[in-house]
Amino acid sequence: MAGIISVGVHIPVYRMPRALIAENWETGALPGEKAVANHDEDSLTMGVAAARRCLKEIDLNQVDALYFATTTAPYTEKQSAALMAAVLQLPEDTQTLDFCNSLRSGTGAVGAALNAINSGALNNVLVCASDLRLFRPKSNFEMFCGDGAAAFLLGKEDTIAEIEFFDSFYDEIQDIWRSDKHRFLRTAEDRFVQDLGYYRVVRNAVANTLKKHELKAGDFSKVCTNFSNAKTIGRLFSEFGFRPEEQLQNDLHNGVGDTGAAMAMMNAVDALENAEPRQRILVSGYGSGCDNICIRTTKRIKDFSSDKTLKDQLKDKIPLNNYNRYLIWRELIEVQKLPRPPLEERQPTPQAQWRETKGELALCGTRCLECGTPQYPPQRVCMVCTAKDKFEKYSFSNKKAELRTYSHDYLSETLDPPITLSVVDFEGGGRVLCEMTDREIDQVRVGMNLEMTFRKLYYVGGIYNYWWKCKPADQNR
Amino acid sequence: MESIKNKVAVVGMGCVRFGENFDQSIDDMIIDAAHEAYEDAGIEQKDIQAAWLGQLWAGHTGQLLASPLKLSYIPVTHTENACATGSEALRGACYAVASGACDIALAVGVEKLKDTGYAGLPQTRPIATWSHRIASMTPPAGFALMATRYFAEHGLSVDEGKRLLAKIAVKNHYNGSMNPKAHFQRKISIDKCLNAPMIAYPLSLFDCCGVSDGAAAAIVVRADMAKSFRADPIYVKSLQICQGPREGFMNPAYDYVHVEETRRCGIAAYKEAGISDPSKEISIAEVHDCFSITELTIMEDLQFSQRGKAPEDINNGKYEIDGQLPVNTDGGLKCFGHPVGATGLRMLYEVYKQLQGKAGDRQVKNPATGLTHNQGGEPGAAVVSVAIVGNEK
Repeated sequence: MAGIISVGVHIPVYRMPRALIAENWETGALPGEKAVANHDEDSLTMGVAAARRCLKEIDLNQVDALYFATTTAPYTEKQSAALMAAVLQLPEDTQTLDFCNSLRSGTGAVGAALNAINSGALNNVLVCASDLRLFRPKSNFEMFCGDGAAAFLLGKEDTIAEIEFFDSFYDEIQDIWRSDKHRFLRTAEDRFVQDLGYYRVVRNAVANTLKKHELKAGDFSKVCTNFSNAKTIGRLFSEFGFRPEEQLQNDLHNGVGDTGAAMAMMNAVDALENAEPRQRILVSGYGSGCDNICIRTTKRIKDFSSDKTLKDQLKDKIPLNNYNRYLIWRELIEVQKLPRPPLEERQPTPQAQWRETKGELALCGTRCLECGTPQYPPQRVCMVCTAKDKFEKYSFSNKKAELRTYSHDYLSETLDPPITLSVVDFEGGGRVLCEMTDREIDQVRVGMNLEMTFRKLYYVGGIYNYWWKCKPADQNR
Repeated sequence: MESIKNKVAVVGMGCVRFGENFDQSIDDMIIDAAHEAYEDAGIEQKDIQAAWLGQLWAGHTGQLLASPLKLSYIPVTHTENACATGSEALRGACYAVASGACDIALAVGVEKLKDTGYAGLPQTRPIATWSHRIASMTPPAGFALMATRYFAEHGLSVDEGKRLLAKIAVKNHYNGSMNPKAHFQRKISIDKCLNAPMIAYPLSLFDCCGVSDGAAAAIVVRADMAKSFRADPIYVKSLQICQGPREGFMNPAYDYVHVEETRRCGIAAYKEAGISDPSKEISIAEVHDCFSITELTIMEDLQFSQRGKAPEDINNGKYEIDGQLPVNTDGGLKCFGHPVGATGLRMLYEVYKQLQGKAGDRQVKNPATGLTHNQGGEPGAAVVSVAIVGNEK
């Protein structure tokens, strides 16, 4: 039976207290905080981060497909999953596919993967869901919603949980939407969204599913779902006899927010990271209908440890205490730019981007077969022994690294000055110059431990320029 | 391998006032610098047999030089080597003369930076080596990397390190205050340096050189003809250039407390000129102080200070105008300014005037041998030119 082999989650390190938003707009505050993707993150980079955690212990050659689910893909025409597969260095015969335009795209992609695996067409499928949704400043949803990503590796062998069934129900309703002409999400009147949207649709679906499979609330240890209002979720599931305090997986509401297409899967990761063998988890993914996924942990769940659990990531954070900074990150206000050369002069060309897809993009360099020196970017003539074309591929993305030296550059064009230019020396050899992200200025020290993270350098001329940055390694925080 | 020593002489030089020359076009500056050099050498335009233009951002072909000067269908070569471009033009002219291909050659360096409408230098991304997958790096940040590491390796706190660097800026501003052609001509205090806005931590405003418009020119001739032009020609003793393979960006062996290209170029230049103790045999040096930290590390790389001892020598005033080895007597890039293509020739202009005893208020007592150090690129990926000249053959 198909199931889950591994999971991973990504929560952006910056958290904005909801009270800060309330204070800024002189409105009533909600408790807790929301995760705010850094200015150099988007749904694709967050998806890569979750996928890297999920694949940490996995042989990449076993991955047959990558399904990427989001409502906020960086390009509306041009596949995100293919770019992610190149960054993750998945085999070139990996099937890649984007699942878009619905909050249910994450659970939907799991369903599609499940069918493919159960039919025998594919062995292992990586499903990655990620969202960075933009609501109008001062809207309720701005306060409710946050950013994040989750990844499941699905397959038949060595599963930590089996998927017992997947039910799907559609429902056409105009409750939350964004047309092709809009930047901000729109919502219908609050009560309508809650009661006729989420509440009615998920209630009908859960009722159907419980009846069909002859299950009751007591058969599940956890329920994982996606909606901005925890009270509505609690009210709904109480009706079926669930005890919300114990059974509802809802750490996200207080610490992260509603993460859209990623939320139900992020909750499921949290549930799995804290589950015992032989426990059932119900995942109800909402959005123009409802998907119900029934997960049941195997005995292997005891041996599974995430690269970094959701609960650990909840604790690992930097407070974002300046609302203006958030507005600038999302380009919601236009501020005076520095008198510097226009970014257009650095517009990537599709030709150069394409040439660099196999190596540079994945932070993959070369190691000299004559003298063994790792080097990035990929070289043809060794910088140490000058041997020509005697190299093997050498990946730097997961190597530990140390900060040789740095500068905080206040002159460079960025949405979040200064740029922390860093000289990064890798364990085992090799060096790159790159920006440091997810860092506080006074935290940066010569010799500090670093890790690499895939980010957006800048956007210009309709092209997102993705590459790698370093960030403080976990033990620095 | 032959040396260029004593084969070529500089017999005329010109240099415009550097600065925000909003009222001068690039042609105006070329004409003023070249004609000052003609006059200084006692020649006319028609005497020039070949010309070299050093210029980075404005033009294509030697037309940029031939057109304003109305050069008469002679060979003109357009050279560029980032911030070492001016020295590259000089090298071209000197080697042509040394080879016998011509007897009288003109080298002009020029840059018009203040028409861009923004601070700092324009982007330089040659399409042949294009990669957008590199970090955004402004020049101050690229050099600040060396300051951060130098402080860390020498146990200097940021405050101590910044105070040390401020002494370099204060010295260069003091020298610049005596130079009517400098972009900046005001003295500054240590406190003013320390309180200035941060540009690229740990470098703040006064750690950074000026971005300027300007032009400089030199007339070079066969050494055996030199005295027929003037009584006090300046003889070329060495012309070296060292291009690094950009290894420092990729190889952890590079330490970020020195510039390997400067170290190697110095060694080669001293060998060519026959200098064994540079700290004693060099009378004055014009070095590429694009940033204060650059001047500090150059002192060690050119063997003026022992490795790790530049802070001590700076604190003891060794490089001040009345010190043992005056450095950047004209204010350097810091105060004279840095019109990229012109800078290498501007350095030679100061050394030339000093060796002739014509440096006015800032004249150093009886200098005999002068050095210019002109650097392009960043630490880890640099090109460095060192020229040594003397007033005796």
